[in-house]
Amino acid sequence: MKAFLILEDGTVFEGTHIGADREVVSEIVFNTSMAGYLEVLTDPSYAGQAVCMTYPLIGNYGICIDDMESKKPWPDGFIVRELSRNFSNFRADFSIQQFLEENHIPGIAGIDTRALTKILRKKGTMNGMITTDEQYKLDKILPRLKAYTTGKVVEKVTCKEKYKLKGSQNLSENGALSGSAKFVLADYEAGKREKKPSLVKNLNGAGIHIALLDFGMKDNIADSLKRRGCDVTVYPATTSAAEIIDANPDGIMLSNGPGDPKECTSIIVEIKKLYDTNIPIFAICLGHQLMALATGADTYKMKYGHRGGNHPVKDLATGRVYISSQNHGYVVDMDKLDPNVATPAFINVNDGTNEGLYYTGKNIFTVQFHPEACCGPQDSSFLFDRFIDMIKSAKMEVSKNA
Amino acid sequence: MPKNPDVRKVMVIGSGPIVIGQAAEFDYAGTQACRSLKEEGIEVVLVNSNPATIMTDRDIADKVYIEPLTTKVLEQIIEKEKPDSILPTLGGQAGLNLGMELEESGFLASHHVKLLGTTAATIRKAEDRQAFKDTMEKIGEPCAASLVVENVADGVAFTNTIGYPVVLRPAYTLGGSGGGIAHNQLELEEILENGLRLSRVGQVLVERCIAGWKEIEYEVMRDSAGNCITVCNMENIDPVGVHTGDSIVVAPSQTLSDKEYQMLRTSALNIISELNITGGCNVQFALHPTSFEYCVIEVNPRVSRSSALASKATGYPIAKVAAKIALGYTLDEIKNAITGKTYASFEPTLDYCVVKMPRLPFDKFITAKRTLTTQMKATGEVMSICTNFEGALMKAIRSLEQHVDCLRSYDFSELDTEALLRRMQKVDDQRIYVIAEALRKGIDYDTIYNITRIDRWFIDKIAILVEMEHALETQPFTLELLKEAKRLEFPDSVIARLVGIEESEVKQMRYENHVTASFKMVDTCAAEFEASTPYYYSCYDGINEAVETKPPKKVLVLGSGPIRIGQGIEFDYCSVHATWAFSKAGYETVIINNNPETVSTDFDIADKLYFEPLTPEDVENIVNIEKPDGAVVQFGGQTAIKLTESLMKMGVPILGTKAEDVDAAEDRELFDKILEKTQIPRAAGGTVYTAEEAKTVANRLGYPVLVRPSYVLGGQGMQIAISDKEIEEFMEIINRIAQDHPILVDKYLQGKELEVDAVCDGTDILIPGIMEHIERTGVHSGDSISVYPAHTITNKVKETIAEYTRRLAKALHVKGLINIQFIAVGEEVFVIEVNPRSSRTVPYISKVTGIPIVDLATEVIIGKTIRELGYEPGLQKEADYVAIKMPVFSFEKIRGAEISLGPEMKSTGECLGIAKTFNEALYKAFLGAGIDLPRHKRMIITVKDADKGEAIEIGRRFEKLGYTIYATRSTAKALNDAGVKAKKVNKIQQESPTVMDLILGHKIDLVIDTPTQGRDKSRDGFLIRRTSIETGVNCITALDTAKALATSLENKNDNPLTLINIVTVQTS
Repeated sequence: MKAFLILEDGTVFEGTHIGADREVVSEIVFNTSMAGYLEVLTDPSYAGQAVCMTYPLIGNYGICIDDMESKKPWPDGFIVRELSRNFSNFRADFSIQQFLEENHIPGIAGIDTRALTKILRKKGTMNGMITTDEQYKLDKILPRLKAYTTGKVVEKVTCKEKYKLKGSQNLSENGALSGSAKFVLADYEAGKREKKPSLVKNLNGAGIHIALLDFGMKDNIADSLKRRGCDVTVYPATTSAAEIIDANPDGIMLSNGPGDPKECTSIIVEIKKLYDTNIPIFAICLGHQLMALATGADTYKMKYGHRGGNHPVKDLATGRVYISSQNHGYVVDMDKLDPNVATPAFINVNDGTNEGLYYTGKNIFTVQFHPEACCGPQDSSFLFDRFIDMIKSAKMEVSKNA
Repeated sequence: MPKNPDVRKVMVIGSGPIVIGQAAEFDYAGTQACRSLKEEGIEVVLVNSNPATIMTDRDIADKVYIEPLTTKVLEQIIEKEKPDSILPTLGGQAGLNLGMELEESGFLASHHVKLLGTTAATIRKAEDRQAFKDTMEKIGEPCAASLVVENVADGVAFTNTIGYPVVLRPAYTLGGSGGGIAHNQLELEEILENGLRLSRVGQVLVERCIAGWKEIEYEVMRDSAGNCITVCNMENIDPVGVHTGDSIVVAPSQTLSDKEYQMLRTSALNIISELNITGGCNVQFALHPTSFEYCVIEVNPRVSRSSALASKATGYPIAKVAAKIALGYTLDEIKNAITGKTYASFEPTLDYCVVKMPRLPFDKFITAKRTLTTQMKATGEVMSICTNFEGALMKAIRSLEQHVDCLRSYDFSELDTEALLRRMQKVDDQRIYVIAEALRKGIDYDTIYNITRIDRWFIDKIAILVEMEHALETQPFTLELLKEAKRLEFPDSVIARLVGIEESEVKQMRYENHVTASFKMVDTCAAEFEASTPYYYSCYDGINEAVETKPPKKVLVLGSGPIRIGQGIEFDYCSVHATWAFSKAGYETVIINNNPETVSTDFDIADKLYFEPLTPEDVENIVNIEKPDGAVVQFGGQTAIKLTESLMKMGVPILGTKAEDVDAAEDRELFDKILEKTQIPRAAGGTVYTAEEAKTVANRLGYPVLVRPSYVLGGQGMQIAISDKEIEEFMEIINRIAQDHPILVDKYLQGKELEVDAVCDGTDILIPGIMEHIERTGVHSGDSISVYPAHTITNKVKETIAEYTRRLAKALHVKGLINIQFIAVGEEVFVIEVNPRSSRTVPYISKVTGIPIVDLATEVIIGKTIRELGYEPGLQKEADYVAIKMPVFSFEKIRGAEISLGPEMKSTGECLGIAKTFNEALYKAFLGAGIDLPRHKRMIITVKDADKGEAIEIGRRFEKLGYTIYATRSTAKALNDAGVKAKKVNKIQQESPTVMDLILGHKIDLVIDTPTQGRDKSRDGFLIRRTSIETGVNCITALDTAKALATSLENKNDNPLTLINIVTVQTS
């Protein structure tokens, strides 16, 4: 079946329909990761957006349910050049076609995704529609597209109730260490599948309790803490600061999430209260932006954002550059930072935008990129260890002063 | 970190002659690095023995030494030039080893020379097997478990700890004989017992078998601050067991999920960090196909063939960045040259698919085993880019120029299912065609996977191509079908064949319906950032983004495709120089080529680079967009020449010598007329199509005769026949491939072979010099030792050659380059062959005379005259030194290849010996080719009867040099009768010790073996020659070469060599 992608500026791409058969209006963004389409699809930060993959061959290794970053896919639509008709990977459970259909995600294939990317790069992110209606009327559609906003999406993607995750008691719970997985033919033939390999080499977070605010969290954030031995309580985004403080966590983690941070007005108020405590805080992506807004800084929408697994970020303290996984359309305005409150910790090497903040006089640091990776490079996963170290030294500080 | 101010003068070590496994990629890397160093104001001293390279040009480095790559020579150059640093990581394994030797001997320290880039300690850690294994263990990175055992029990016990299957490799057996794979204890005991017996030291290596695992590579960069990135990952379609250089490789990986991709990427970064590498590095992994288990196969702490491929696949200039890192820069300080906005500290992301295919030399070595193993055999490779895998594969196939254009190009339809499955077991260059046939026969993916271990995703892609073939054959030929076939990159010719219509009809249907190729940019960033680098590939499913330019003048330069025997790096040298010369003259330049190893496919050589197959259809797509004012074909070897006719049909004027004149040189009858008109003699001969005609001509001329097809490269298929029987044999071989042109049969003349390259402006000619071959006629000019200036001919012969060259150039209306080969018999000069185009000797003669003939030829093509360019026409004054070009072979890499020299070219590369005297130049040339004698002062002589007289003289000279001579029965008798002491050794079938035992004893310096005429006539000789090569014994098959070697050894002394900075060389 034919499908059309209609952009706010009137551009129409004709392709083939994939996934669910429904029309959708959304914000069109592109992601440059060459692998990891499932992680992209299940990243709640894509709620309210339709994602175009710039890599042309998608679906090659099918869907490995283990790799989902949340319980379901979130984008409104999926845009690819070619969906592999066949998939091949030892862990693959089914095809991406089936996955999209079952999750009611419409999409379009067979379009020139590079041409689309260039339009978005030049004109900035814009809204669009995916439809199979060959009789589409541009004059009717374009006003609808212009009117679309992602709105308050955090509420849609956050968990409804808090839940607890027990930290790993020993490393073997995490699955094999990366590189040491042994293959046992008999197990495989018996249907036993390998767990994902783990990077974590010690349980430095044992005995630490983290309160994790879920604004649209990717599972690997909680997992990264859990694998290090931390006990994690995941709270809905709407949880009050008081409830969290009452739980007396050793540290607070603010997750990633979708949409314009400025829409999260009530959450920002609660985050300010968390800031005012002495509890160590680590925040990622939307969490990072919300902390900035809560402490008087500003954010703005980028022309076309950063979405992919190849973005270099520089640690300003050490000068080291790390390749990071990114997914954000908004960024903290570095020009409007009050150095008495926060100073830049990381910047993007390509465009110089802010990628992280240290909070002056506080045990708080936040990053714009994704140290939990999935998909993308794992280079900055040490930040979870840095967070744990920060919690530990804060504890020592407290006991020393007591 | 900014540039280290202490680095001011750097010596760069090149990789030496082109051999299999070490080819043009190091010219690309070296050239890029030298330019990058000069950009930083560094004085560059370059050493490389290979004169065919661009890196040895006077524009590339400040001082250029085309000298043998030995530590002694490098020490001398360091003493003379006093560089403060050396950069050894750009010259392949050869360069790296030399750098290490200089470091380890303490020479660098005592001369205050720093090793730039990766440190010696790091290189040792990466190169030493045990040290590497220990390091990997320390950081928890797995290697395939292995143990050396001396008895069966130990082997069984060890295998029980690592699991079956295991690979068994007996130590010190020829070509790995006695080894194998054991799947169970019974097999293990059997193979191990046999292997222990065969091994000279009674040892067998037992290793975890990872054959059949996925082979994945990562190209990694790291700077001194510890920042690291991966440039690219690549997936070998052929699983572990086939050398990655011989595998079909795809970039990026296609069948890895992000979990596997990142697991291996993290491992690669951990490894490069632990090894403390600064610069580029290649990490190869074996990944278990059905688990997360992996093994580190190998780490190359330097730029490599794979890094050249990764550079071209992504647009990220690895060598250039590695050079900057060596100077102290960090990745975040180095700009990404493609976008000009981002930095080198980011990872390229692709929005296309890249396929690399090896160019294997089995068309040259028809006796060789086609089996692909862990020993690389490919001489070169092609790369293609498309928006889909199928298209990239189709493009790669037709880029190979091996008479293949689709998955039907090798026909296995005769085989039934059973035979096909058996054929599929054989791992060779034809396997994908076998798989395609299996799919046609309905064999399921699992069966194919279980035999080949090629991932089902790739099998499915092959199936898609097979289905398209079927659809074209059986379904109505609709526009939709045409579009889909073109999206999969089926060429018009293949579509026409399958549909059963004319190619022109397919083309017409395409043009009428606007189904035309569009071009996309390679920009390192999947369009995320604006890029201005005009590096393009074609596809049929997108909007064209090649920028239309209308410069005053635009020229199309056709590259020479994959490196193969007979068409090597020399033609890339010519293409690049022509491009630069056109550019200097104000032309916009457009290059089309498909070879990822070369300088010409670097994105900053021409104004525009099209990475495309060099077929008429692909070229026409580019012509339609670029509308060049002309095309130049005379620099790109046969690949470009073959496109002449098609270009003319497209309405593209051929710049320089006209196509009909090129034809006249190749067409026997036309050429004979020209010779008659110009009164130039040639060996009598005739043109034939059949064996009967050939025999008639041969008998009229009298044997021996030379038989060869016209329009061929490097004398392919050329043979000297001495009888009707041989004529029949050779004609059968030649006619195995349908011949569009007649076959030539010429009287074989024995004399001195001479060669010139000249520039002609239509009126005047410029001959930089005459080259003389050491080997008599019958040995291909590319395999002969070539001496400049010609040293044994009279002035009269020289004058005759200059005069004939002038006449021929004029008669053929040459505008540009011409190459002519002559035979001088006494004072009489005959012409053998005329090529109105660039030749393999062009870079050599340009460098040793200081006359840049490609530049001059280009200027002439544009319209200048030789006089206007400041040269006096005619034969130029001879230089006051001697320069000798020595061929270099890769026979040890190709099992079963016949090594004896003949009219068909077999060498893969060359090196130069340049000195004040003939003898020193000869010595240097042998040294550069790796012949560093004497060692044990023992040799074997076994020659055919006709050669016995000459062999006596040679024997006498070697005896004088202190050599003990062994000889087979009749040769020994001849030698002893003439008073040359020779010990008789038994032939192979006779009782031990035989000549084979002697060779295998590793105590022999040299074997001189002249083969009896014809192929496969003497299994004994063949075995002797092969065994010598495989055990590292020098083997000479032409008596003239042996004489030259004797001369070189007679004049060897311990004096330091005279070093010549080639930049200062000139003839006047």
